[in-house]
Amino acid sequence: MNFTINVWRQNGPKEKGGIATYKVSNISDDMSFLEMIDVLNEQLIIQDIDPVVFDHDCREGICGMCSMFINGEAHGPGRGVTTCQLHMREFKDGDTITIEPFRAKAFPVIKDLMVDRGSFDRIIQAGGYVSVNTSGNLPDANATPIEKQDADAAFDSATCIGCGACVATCKNASAMLFTSAKVSQLSLLPQGKIEASERVMNMVKQMDLEGFGNCTNTGACEVECPKGISIENIARMNREYLSASITSK
Amino acid sequence: MNLSGGLIRSSLARKYWMALTGLFLCSFLVVHLIGNLPLLTGNKEMFNSYAHFMTTFPLIKIVSYLLYISILLHSVDGLLLARSNKAARETRYVKYNGKANASWSSRNMAILGTLTLVFLIIHMKSFWYEMHFGNIPTYMSGDGDELKDLYSITVAAFQQPWYAVFYVISMMGLGFHLWHGVSSSFQTLGINHAKYTPIIEMLGKAFSVIISIAFASIPVYLLLS
Ligand code: HEM
Ligand code: SF4
Ligand code: FES
Repeated sequence: MNFTINVWRQNGPKEKGGIATYKVSNISDDMSFLEMIDVLNEQLIIQDIDPVVFDHDCREGICGMCSMFINGEAHGPGRGVTTCQLHMREFKDGDTITIEPFRAKAFPVIKDLMVDRGSFDRIIQAGGYVSVNTSGNLPDANATPIEKQDADAAFDSATCIGCGACVATCKNASAMLFTSAKVSQLSLLPQGKIEASERVMNMVKQMDLEGFGNCTNTGACEVECPKGISIENIARMNREYLSASITSK
Repeated sequence: MNLSGGLIRSSLARKYWMALTGLFLCSFLVVHLIGNLPLLTGNKEMFNSYAHFMTTFPLIKIVSYLLYISILLHSVDGLLLARSNKAARETRYVKYNGKANASWSSRNMAILGTLTLVFLIIHMKSFWYEMHFGNIPTYMSGDGDELKDLYSITVAAFQQPWYAVFYVISMMGLGFHLWHGVSSSFQTLGINHAKYTPIIEMLGKAFSVIISIAFASIPVYLLLS
């Protein structure tokens, strides 16, 4: 397969960026999108052009690093996949493919397609944990009964890989889906309930400080999320935050 | 209580206010529509005494101030939210496929709201302002009340074609605003349940269609009759 690639090139955080156009040929339809970029980069190196910088690590949909906005969608046209899980057979031979970095004020571009998602880490640091002693005589994990429904829901929320597709997709660059998944995975479980009010207040505060947008409930995030995180999480966070801010002193 | 951080300034709180004021405005739309039905039956007496009641009855006066505050809060908060949402993405995408994952009305709430705001200003100038401060001819009703003849003013206004067309377009805008808005406000207030959310969404859409078509039918009917 042959493609025309329009890709965002930007030398550094403060530099002005723009779209550059390259051609790639002899791409197998079994290649992943990242492998196609690898081919492009080898070609660029031979031509003495700087290769396109992009984030990636696991290449199997679990690390959440491969942030790319492809043809106007986070992680491209596939559903329930990250960029590394997207195959070139999703495109037609001869297509023009536009690739941009995930865009949000809170995700500044480092270089080309690579962005700094440290804002997510700071949201986690603000409350995405449970304070428990991890040494000494720990109670047996199965001694605390947990309803199956809650365990399942907490597990579903915990599958969020922090990729940032929700932010990239949202017309408001809102981080509600990510933050609410991180709030939910803990607050649904008995160990997490203890700090639930404080957690939701602190995490939302940090989310606002980072400069993410607000939620309009368009639902785009849950469509583009590679892990199928549902906006039920957002409703849960809205609920928890409302009661926490009414009852907190 | 953590007022300034929690319930006023935070991004979530600003959405709670949008949802609460939005739902309150929806309830007003229902009352307003029922009050206007005499326009469709040509019942001048009923319409004028309804208008008289709405401008003079003390309890309604209190509710009407709540209404003015809601419109103001909803509009100002909505436009400020739209501004900060724009600021949250400094560099626009070259290619953004919005329709791949979200409905048209949900992506255009601010534009639809602004259209509604323009409509509200013109609408209130034509009728609310005239009723409160303008010179509307009065007459004695059968019950011995001195009534302002808002009915004739309204009928005359809608017999101008451009005015009726403007109303119909505005009601379509409001309809799309509510197509997303009604169910969205439940989500904002934390109400999302596998069993009930599909019902809320369906009722919200039905509400938006019924309200907008019913309001739009009034100028169309008066123009054609
Ligand atoms: C009768 C008039 C109106 C009604 C019944 C109404 C109703 C609603 C409802 C129910 C929502 C959903 C709230 C939520 O998502 O939680 C909403 C959202 C919104 N409204 Fe209105 N509205 C009206 C007029 C206006 C006006 C005049 C503006 C002014 C610009 C406006 C701007 C907005 C905006 C920007 C949103 C989206 C907020 C967001 O989700 O980010 N609306 N409206
Ligand atoms: S909620 Fe989904 S889209 Fe957002 S960061 Fe988590 S996995 Fe990625
Ligand atoms: S590279 Fe790890 S999820 Fe794509």
